[in-house]
Amino acid sequence: MLNKLQTVDSRIENIGWEGKTLRQMLTESDEIFERTGHYQGLKDLKIRNGQPILYEKIFSHLRGGLVNARSTALNISASPIVKEIGELSFALYTPEGESVALSTGIIVHVHTMADAIKYMIRNNYEKNPGIAPGHVFCNNNSMIGDVHTADVHTLIPIFWENELIGWAGGVTHEIDVGGIQPGSMCYGHADRYGDGLLVSAELVGTNDLFHEDYLQRCRDNVRAEMYWVLDEKTRLTGCQLVREQVYRTIEEVGLDTYKSFIREAVEEGRRTLIGKVKQMGFPGEYEAPTFIDLPWKNDETVHPLARKDTMMHAPLRMKITGDGHLGLSFDGANQWDYHSFNCAPSPMQGAMWVQLTQTLWNSDKINDGAYYATSIELPKGSWCNPDYDKVSTTLTWFFLIPSFTGFVRSLARSYFARGYLEEISASYPCTWNLLQGGGINHFGQPSAFTNFEISCQGTGAAYVKDGEATCAAMWNPEGDMGEVETWEHLEPLLYLGRGRKANTSGAGKYRGGCGAESLRMLFKTQSQILFSAGEGHVFSSAGVFGGYPGNSGYRHNVHNSNMKELTASKAPYPTLDGDPENSAISAMVKGDEVFDLNQMTGPHPFGEYDLYTSVQRGGPGLGDPLERDPASVAADVNGGELLERFAKPIYGVVLTKGADGRLQADVAATQAERAAMRKRRLERAVDTKDFIARERERVLAGNIHAPVRAMYQSSMKLSSRWAAHFRNFWSLGEDFSF
Amino acid sequence: MSVSHDINTLRELKDGKLSFEKLHGMISGFKDADRFDKMVKIWQDSVEWDDPILLPLAEHLFVVRKPDGRRIVKSTWGYEYCDVNENWKLHAKVFVRDTEELINEIYPDKLGCDPEWMQLREYYDPLSGTLLEVEVVPPGYPIVHDFKPDIDTFYRDWLGRPVP
Repeated sequence: MLNKLQTVDSRIENIGWEGKTLRQMLTESDEIFERTGHYQGLKDLKIRNGQPILYEKIFSHLRGGLVNARSTALNISASPIVKEIGELSFALYTPEGESVALSTGIIVHVHTMADAIKYMIRNNYEKNPGIAPGHVFCNNNSMIGDVHTADVHTLIPIFWENELIGWAGGVTHEIDVGGIQPGSMCYGHADRYGDGLLVSAELVGTNDLFHEDYLQRCRDNVRAEMYWVLDEKTRLTGCQLVREQVYRTIEEVGLDTYKSFIREAVEEGRRTLIGKVKQMGFPGEYEAPTFIDLPWKNDETVHPLARKDTMMHAPLRMKITGDGHLGLSFDGANQWDYHSFNCAPSPMQGAMWVQLTQTLWNSDKINDGAYYATSIELPKGSWCNPDYDKVSTTLTWFFLIPSFTGFVRSLARSYFARGYLEEISASYPCTWNLLQGGGINHFGQPSAFTNFEISCQGTGAAYVKDGEATCAAMWNPEGDMGEVETWEHLEPLLYLGRGRKANTSGAGKYRGGCGAESLRMLFKTQSQILFSAGEGHVFSSAGVFGGYPGNSGYRHNVHNSNMKELTASKAPYPTLDGDPENSAISAMVKGDEVFDLNQMTGPHPFGEYDLYTSVQRGGPGLGDPLERDPASVAADVNGGELLERFAKPIYGVVLTKGADGRLQADVAATQAERAAMRKRRLERAVDTKDFIARERERVLAGNIHAPVRAMYQSSMKLSSRWAAHFRNFWSLGEDFSF
Repeated sequence: MSVSHDINTLRELKDGKLSFEKLHGMISGFKDADRFDKMVKIWQDSVEWDDPILLPLAEHLFVVRKPDGRRIVKSTWGYEYCDVNENWKLHAKVFVRDTEELINEIYPDKLGCDPEWMQLREYYDPLSGTLLEVEVVPPGYPIVHDFKPDIDTFYRDWLGRPVP
């Protein structure tokens, strides 16, 4: 195949179709869509409609090639994140950078890689550094097109004779990126200069080989160099496999048919999404804000500029119009800041895209057609569209993940209106606790790690069933928490236990799926830096139709513990924290205990035999908990998913012990209790207008926690619309400010 | 591909009684174009009042047409909240969990939110005491208007008929 690549005539100046430059092709493509409303002006899909079998065959060839590339290439990687969790994906693009088809895996990057390709085209890479057969480009710059430095792209041009006919792209998530602290998504620093090795859409290889100086730069700049370099080879191999499949396809169907196909596929993707919106959506406006806390005022491990308590505001609004257009807006989002949770526009668009694939857009023709069927408003200067391009973005996900939970709930309201109850989900919980760290490991080597148990959270309740326990992450269709033994090989922290965590499920008629918990102990290491990421003072997702959110997180660690003495004397030790009000750790272990809601911490030092608790999240619930089947509540308690003392206050279920020793619901007593609870609810509730009057006084007095007040100030400053909304709702007058 | 589910199957879906196999088939199969009308009939049969349902708005809440032509939000138990363009929550009963004690009725200590940062607003139906929505927002946040449907566009442009 390489011989074919090398036949390009070096005298040909432009590599686009019909002698055009790529930049001309991209500009024309945008203009044609603007003018016609169709991708490449395609009103008639000639192959799809005229030769549907051929059309599907070409798609299947390409799709199969992409899935094969992923399944084959991941065996080159040594990283458990890539090999076990499947944190990689591949996609095929048009010459202009629109994705045509994709593999399984972390498909959020299918659109971010499209942005990286378009960046290279718009910046005239065709002339400098040149785009030629066998070239290898790399990108992990989120401002160009990526989520964060940990997700590294490989992009290769695909030529046929003298023309560029497309691009193959691959992405993997790295274990370490050489940031100012160990881990793939370190934070606590102020800006991009601590984010690690940044490769900005760079030419890193020619003739299908990496430049040795590039690989050496990688080795010199990251901690887990073996993983990084093998992942480079993983991605390049996958891209080459995709390219070969494209060649096989062209040899079978001909170049002209292939060229027509890739454009029709994108237009079909656009039409399919609009069709889905009209089929299952409901025109109207939806509102679903979310928040997350950043309690860093007293965290001395973070940069002084970041050392404050702040709160993220994601005021998501969704609008479906009569023509089937689906638009999201984050107008009212507050300002970016000197932390690592800022988010570039590219991942916001990618997140919208991946959420569509997992909700509304259940079609096989998933590609960048969605980009042309949707829109997203990201206010300039906000955390989701910073006006300072040197912001840190290592852990963009910390703000991005909660910000899209409202998208799923808004779609749920749409499905309810249309009657498609089977599609309704209360949305997803956020994917933490995220544990990262590094130091001298149990093999005496400097190392870094990112634990991906986060891939398995409880899912949101459905309209007709409970959520599933510990099985999913919003950003990856493949949930897998990884083997304990694999993580213990990579991380100098033993698992004292891993199990389900009671009361993590969001309550409801149908409850969310249960979350998990792990208890770790540092072992055979003198010291490690550990990061702990997750919300602690807020809920970063929500239930729907009367369901409650799943759990928030907390921090429960023990430094200078007596675990060495406990294990030496074969005394009992905790395997999980369990009920935090009756903590097994507090009861069994002595040492310097840290037990609070500051789950989100900077890089804190830990020593051997220190304990670290990792609490994952349960899914949000759906419907009034008093409508839950009492027998299901009893089963939850018997199964360890609900603490017995909460059966009555949440669900109104009266439990009795059966002959077999298991708890069962007393149906008559439960009915009476529920009737009494409904009455009590109304007795202690107030008319909403009275609550508004009371809360208005609180707002006027400014009697609001400082980080919340600051969030309102920032949102009002950035958005006159949101400021007017806030002032109008509370009848504050046009000149009100905090 | 034309797909249709009989009304008993859809009633079982609503009541959570559909078998897993049927549910799985419904999720993975093509969608039925006549679902809206059938579900509206099922909802209409489930309530004791006669105002025609124009739209299922949320669990236990419907947009109905009154005899004088007004479109209002009405609950399963017959409570009439407001015009469809208003936020029904403003006409409900609300209970706010804004202390640790109240939050810990639902969440064990450390698994809930800090009331300084966030509160749970529970909106109840004034007739039945049923919990209709739980809002989780910081103190001082304007009440969220979850869904403002465009009923005219839906009937006229998507169903191709006037609003009943």
